[in-house]
Amino acid sequence: MTGEQIIFLVVAFFTLFSALRVVTTGNLVHAALWLIATLFGVAVVFALLDAGFLAVVQVVVYIGAIAILFIFAVMLTRKDMRDQGPQLNKTWWFGALLAVGTFSGLYFLLQGWNGLSKTAADFPSGFDAVGELGTALTSPAAYVLPFEVASVLLVAALVGAVYVAFNRK
Amino acid sequence: MVPLSWYLILSAALFSIGVFGVLSRRNAVAILLGIELMLNAVNINLAAFWRYGNVMNMAGQVFAIIVFAVAAAEVSVGLALVISVYRKHNTVIADEIDMMKF
Repeated sequence: MTGEQIIFLVVAFFTLFSALRVVTTGNLVHAALWLIATLFGVAVVFALLDAGFLAVVQVVVYIGAIAILFIFAVMLTRKDMRDQGPQLNKTWWFGALLAVGTFSGLYFLLQGWNGLSKTAADFPSGFDAVGELGTALTSPAAYVLPFEVASVLLVAALVGAVYVAFNRK
Repeated sequence: MVPLSWYLILSAALFSIGVFGVLSRRNAVAILLGIELMLNAVNINLAAFWRYGNVMNMAGQVFAIIVFAVAAAEVSVGLALVISVYRKHNTVIADEIDMMKF
């Protein structure tokens, strides 16, 4: 077992443990903090995959913006969290069944696929992944249109969020 | 080198945990946390298929970036809705948000 595999296993178990805590812990502030731990684990997985830009964006956008937004929302709706009722709804067993079914179904599907033990080829010499990604995102021959659509979507969502949450007196 | 299957199994497990969170939590904010887990699982898959496929084709990473943008949009609108509902009806329990039912 190589060092990279050991690092991957440690990070994977950390990520899955924090993800389990996100969905099981009762205190929502703790759940949001466990979500930050999970997102860090996923950022390390991106770094292991040589996707450096994705790892940085994961830390900046997910942890820096989305997780903070979650913590804000939890604190703004805090009064209701004091209720001592159960955190899981009455049909939680169905959700657990479906989650286990999804995982075992995907696992079963993966077993029947022959590309599984594939290992990654080394980068071609002089290959600059971040530069290639920037070119792909802004070149009209590649993905500039989806990129612009994503930015319009983001602006529309932010305006909509301000409108929905605006407090009319 | 880590085989591709490890990444795919990690992503499947993360996705299933997200499914459980979405289907069984009562708090609307916690449901959104589950959705974030599922989107992250998808991103791991996209990055892994980019790395193990043809590296010159950046589609996997580009799609992952668009998933980031969609996740940010989704969570901002979702949390705004939760806060708005909380202001008007003083609840964040998903079962009690049934104002649009007949």
